[in-house]
Amino acid sequence: MLSISRVSVSFGATRAVDDVSLEVPSGTVMAILGPSGCGKSSLLRAVAGLEPLASGSVSFDGSDLAGVPTHRRGFAMMFQDGQLFGHLDVAGNVGYALARKGIRGAQARSEVDRLLELVGLAGYAARRPTTLSGGEGQRVALARALAARPRLLLLDEPLSALDRSLRERLATDLRHVLTETGTTAMMVTHDHGDAFTVADRTAIMRAGRLVQQGETAEVWAHPVDADTAHFLGVSVPSDLAEP
Amino acid sequence: MTRDRAGRIAATTVAAILPLGFLAIFFALPVAGMLARGFAPGGVLDLGGFAEVLGRARTQRIIGFTLAISAAATVISVVVGVPVAHALYRLALPGRRTLRAIVAMPFVLPTVVVGVMFRSLLAEGGALGGLGLDGEWGGILAAFVFFNLAVVVRTVGAAWEGLDRRPEEAAATLGAGPATVFRTVTLPALAPSIISAASIVFLFCATAFGVVLTMGGLAYGTVETEIYLLTTALFDLRGAAVLSVVQLVAVVAMLLLADRARSRDAGTQRAAKSAIAPGRVTAYAMGSVIATVLAVAFVAVPVLALVVRSLRRQGEWTLDYYLALGRVGGADGRSALPVTVWEALGTSWRIAIDATILAVVLGLLVAVLVSRPARSPGGLRWRRLLDGVVMLPLGVSAVTVGFGFLITLDRPPLDLRTSPVLIPIAQAIVALPLVVRTLAPVLRAIDDRQRQVAATLGARPWQVLATVDLPIIWRPLLAAIGLALAVSLGEFGATSFLARPDSPTLPVVIYRLIGRPGVDNLGMALAASVILAVVTVTVMGVVERLRVSSVGAF
Repeated sequence: MLSISRVSVSFGATRAVDDVSLEVPSGTVMAILGPSGCGKSSLLRAVAGLEPLASGSVSFDGSDLAGVPTHRRGFAMMFQDGQLFGHLDVAGNVGYALARKGIRGAQARSEVDRLLELVGLAGYAARRPTTLSGGEGQRVALARALAARPRLLLLDEPLSALDRSLRERLATDLRHVLTETGTTAMMVTHDHGDAFTVADRTAIMRAGRLVQQGETAEVWAHPVDADTAHFLGVSVPSDLAEP
Repeated sequence: MTRDRAGRIAATTVAAILPLGFLAIFFALPVAGMLARGFAPGGVLDLGGFAEVLGRARTQRIIGFTLAISAAATVISVVVGVPVAHALYRLALPGRRTLRAIVAMPFVLPTVVVGVMFRSLLAEGGALGGLGLDGEWGGILAAFVFFNLAVVVRTVGAAWEGLDRRPEEAAATLGAGPATVFRTVTLPALAPSIISAASIVFLFCATAFGVVLTMGGLAYGTVETEIYLLTTALFDLRGAAVLSVVQLVAVVAMLLLADRARSRDAGTQRAAKSAIAPGRVTAYAMGSVIATVLAVAFVAVPVLALVVRSLRRQGEWTLDYYLALGRVGGADGRSALPVTVWEALGTSWRIAIDATILAVVLGLLVAVLVSRPARSPGGLRWRRLLDGVVMLPLGVSAVTVGFGFLITLDRPPLDLRTSPVLIPIAQAIVALPLVVRTLAPVLRAIDDRQRQVAATLGARPWQVLATVDLPIIWRPLLAAIGLALAVSLGEFGATSFLARPDSPTLPVVIYRLIGRPGVDNLGMALAASVILAVVTVTVMGVVERLRVSSVGAF
């Protein structure tokens, strides 16, 4: 289980993440939902160890991760625009984490093929990243992250660069892959549709602070205040509209 | 064909003909003239010289030495330069702008000054005289690295600074440690710039003239100094022509390699500003910081040694050598310079201004042409050809160009042998590739859609140029002017052939001074070198304030 306890992240004088506490139980998918600039990506990067904490702590299964560098955390991250390695082919990208563990040759090849099949891209092993469509690129990025067998998968706006219909299909596939592999995941998004499709639980962030968290359907049904309701696009009950 | 299209083609043609015509007359013709003298002395082509000249033991030794020392200098420059580029362009190091300027300084130091500097450092009585490197290949190697570290740091640094951090972060989250991230993600991304820098460094070393001539004495020669020796002392024009061709072929091969490396680079996207913010200095980055401290010391020590020695005479501090710069007679009253050092500086300055105007006007034309997106494969080929042709002077023997001027431009319709325009023209040819290399990347980085959107908003072609290109290009343009000025001020190879004996430029005067015996002449050479260095470094310092990262990057 991932535990985020009273975490703050600062950039100079600005406080991007302000005193956020959150837990992601093993085997579940948590969505961090919020408008752009609310600090959700900074929170994700802090969990990955890519941004230093101004205060608070991040721990996994009870052990504090302070001082543990990114590559030793076992938290694979999938970026908004894939960030595939341009000098490697698809197999090289997916097999990257395997090579880091010393898994090469036939064993790595069969694992890469299995993962490509899982994300619906069987036969793509020899393709160059530049020849892939946006959706294919994100599928490869997902396979590459899963190959690391991460304790926690971090997804930073994984679907945001895609067009509507592709996005809905990929969100469904993503949900399917995450549940099938039993992966614990934390996904940042500004799209409540993505959160609804993919996540078991949803946390809503605004201006660096966590304003609400709970079962995704629960959050959707009972927004904590008018702003959240607006953001979720639900009609505002009259008793919430008045302060 | 529409009138608009015809007009565009006409404008492009004129813009291409000017620089190409200039290079044809003042570069291709002299070089061809030199080669004709060598291979067809009586008007009959005779290529038998190749086997004979290349079969000489001396030629083989010279070519071997040139290749070996250039390769060694290239390897050292890259191995030291890459970590320095990391520290100065990727880490939030305090004072990194100043450190960048210090490391970049040697690039504009005149070759003669560097030669004098290292000799005064390594000669008996110098700060490092005990090493016994004076006149040895180790001294030449050190001077080569001194010069070219800046090329590697700036070229690789400019690429590194713009490199998106996220692929590295992605690799780290997949379990790659810092060293593995560097090897598997960063290095492949930097490879084009490293190959590009290495090939240019090799080129500069293999064609270096002033440094080798002032430091190598007669014991060590490179192909370039050998061409000089064969041409001026032995009148073996055939031997010189053979070596010129060998050099030309090697240079073209290197430029093609660099070009391929660069074109592979064209696919990588520029990262968003937030993704390239300088990183924290971690324990892992300490290696880069240490390399930077060593590199800064390596650059600063010879410079300081030069200044100190120019101020000391027989164990005491003195300004005598500087006072002597205003006298024709020299410090000991015997030096037979036709002009004072100050007058030579004035000559250098006037010539450099003319050369700069020429180089910048032509370079701007070339840069605009090669950076416009081509509309057809044919157009793309033309652009790449033009891009390659203007780079040629970087690597063709300045001696060949200089001597070629003398033997081809000496009869009507172009009898320019005694004309004062020859020197600025020769210097402009040397500076032209640097101007193009400074401006073209900046123009290329402008998204063409910016120009298209301006056009759809009603801007005419010249208004597009004035409102989209000019606001972005003016700083790099000023930087290119400064760079051309600094390079022209220090140019020695071609100028040494063309400068008239009664009005030499400052680098020529310095070379004459160190060629004369006596401690006072050496002292004057040191003082004059300091003056020349101060002028070029001041010009470069102004350039550096403009913060244009493509200056001195390849």
